[in-house]
Amino acid sequence: MVSPKQISAIKAALFVAALLPLIRLVTFGFTERLGANPIEFITRNTGDWTLYFLCSTLAITPLRRLSKWNWLVKLRRMLGLFCFFYAALHFTTFLWFDHFFDLDEMLKDVVKRPFITVGFIAFILLIPLAVTSTNGMVKRLGGNRWQWLHRTIYVIAPLGIMHFWWMKAGKHDFAQPTLFAVILGVLLLLRVYWKFAKEKQQ
Amino acid sequence: MLFKRNPNGIDLPFPSEITPRGVFESRRSFIKQLALGSIGGTSLLEMTSREVFAQSATVQKLSTKANGIYLVSEKATSYKDATTYNNFYEFGTDKSDPALHAHKLKPRPWSVSIEGEVKKPMALDLDALLKLAPLEERIYRLRCVEGWSMVIPWIGYPLSELLKKVEPNGNAKYIEFTSLADKKQMPGVNSSVLSWPYVEGLRLDEANHPLALLTLGMYGEVLPNQNGAPVRIVLPWKYGFKSAKSIVKIRLTKDQPRTAWNIAAPQEYGFYSNVNPGVDHPRWSQATERRIGEDGFLVKKRKTMLFNGYSDVASLYAGMDLKKFF
Repeated sequence: MVSPKQISAIKAALFVAALLPLIRLVTFGFTERLGANPIEFITRNTGDWTLYFLCSTLAITPLRRLSKWNWLVKLRRMLGLFCFFYAALHFTTFLWFDHFFDLDEMLKDVVKRPFITVGFIAFILLIPLAVTSTNGMVKRLGGNRWQWLHRTIYVIAPLGIMHFWWMKAGKHDFAQPTLFAVILGVLLLLRVYWKFAKEKQQ
Repeated sequence: MLFKRNPNGIDLPFPSEITPRGVFESRRSFIKQLALGSIGGTSLLEMTSREVFAQSATVQKLSTKANGIYLVSEKATSYKDATTYNNFYEFGTDKSDPALHAHKLKPRPWSVSIEGEVKKPMALDLDALLKLAPLEERIYRLRCVEGWSMVIPWIGYPLSELLKKVEPNGNAKYIEFTSLADKKQMPGVNSSVLSWPYVEGLRLDEANHPLALLTLGMYGEVLPNQNGAPVRIVLPWKYGFKSAKSIVKIRLTKDQPRTAWNIAAPQEYGFYSNVNPGVDHPRWSQATERRIGEDGFLVKKRKTMLFNGYSDVASLYAGMDLKKFF
């Protein structure tokens, strides 16, 4: 068993670790190490970290089942919120540096370009999940409804991959999006498999 | 003469007065980074600089006369940015890859064969190419199809000088450039992102336009490997990928050549690929661009100009629907 004290320590460590990518970006920014195109660097980096945290969040349930470490679930909310945090930073770089807060121009871009449309929808869908992540909200919604709402992540995740896939499509460079798609595919298929296995048992 | 004027109408210092300082500054920063690297261990960035430094410390200087016509009023991009942020897929798809891997390329000895629909096919080595016509320094805007841009002082002479030597025959309508594709020197050629070798092409009248520069150097020196050593083409009114690098073969043809990016994604990269703010790339707008080293956190992206501001080429496309022939 992992004691509540140990859980708190793990959570604190995870919180600091999850902030490291941001700290790195800020440090690089002040030491001129973001390369020739700093904005591209920030945009890609925050996008990458959104996907890393998305995969980590979705990995909790399978890991927990395979390892029987039930305490892992206590880390899930924080990972999910960091996914949202980096997605928000990613979106902000787009709104700020690409469009200088010109909402009209930004929305035109969103509508016109499928890869941005998809990324934008994924981000918008993340907002209710972030907002309802507190214990109070779980209570207010009731466990079942809350769970249903949070299953939106199974729509958001493929949208996120699609966004990345289409971004890379012009360059014919599918190595990274493929890797993400495989990881997410495995994480989602495990759930399907377990569901069917359970139904068969009954 | 149509081209004997400065399109901006602004008096500018001669390029030869600007560039050595740029080179000087970049060297200073390389030396600084070298020093830091020896204390703080080796980071990726420092390795990159070291490669570049190692190269530029031994490079051959090129003496040129400044071309007083083709100047731009914008500030030249720093040597460091121009040599560490490159698209050159033969060395990898990341823009930091060319600076990391291009040291494997051997730019000497080199030979370019010129063949196809010409009266005098020939193979020229680098010395012959350097001597073929007087070298000029020209400061051109470079607009990448990805939406960023630079300003680079190139060294070369008009491609038309070379074409005069080989004498295209009556069948010659197009020109095709083939880049080196040697797995031993170019690790990126092992990947299947493009069909190798990289091929680019132009209509013959485009190739004969005085802006089309057969390029052998930049920033006062021979071309760094990651920028397409030892010989490349520079076409400032077209998106950067049209300007083939590390050329080994030039062929004059009757039919329009099949070009690498057009084969890979015909709906995204047309044969002409002239810079045009009115024709969007399917996945992003081409209306604006980010000037490397300038536009960014506090400065809005700048507006992209038709033909990248080189309106002199417009007559080449008179009567053509530029949306169709993008």
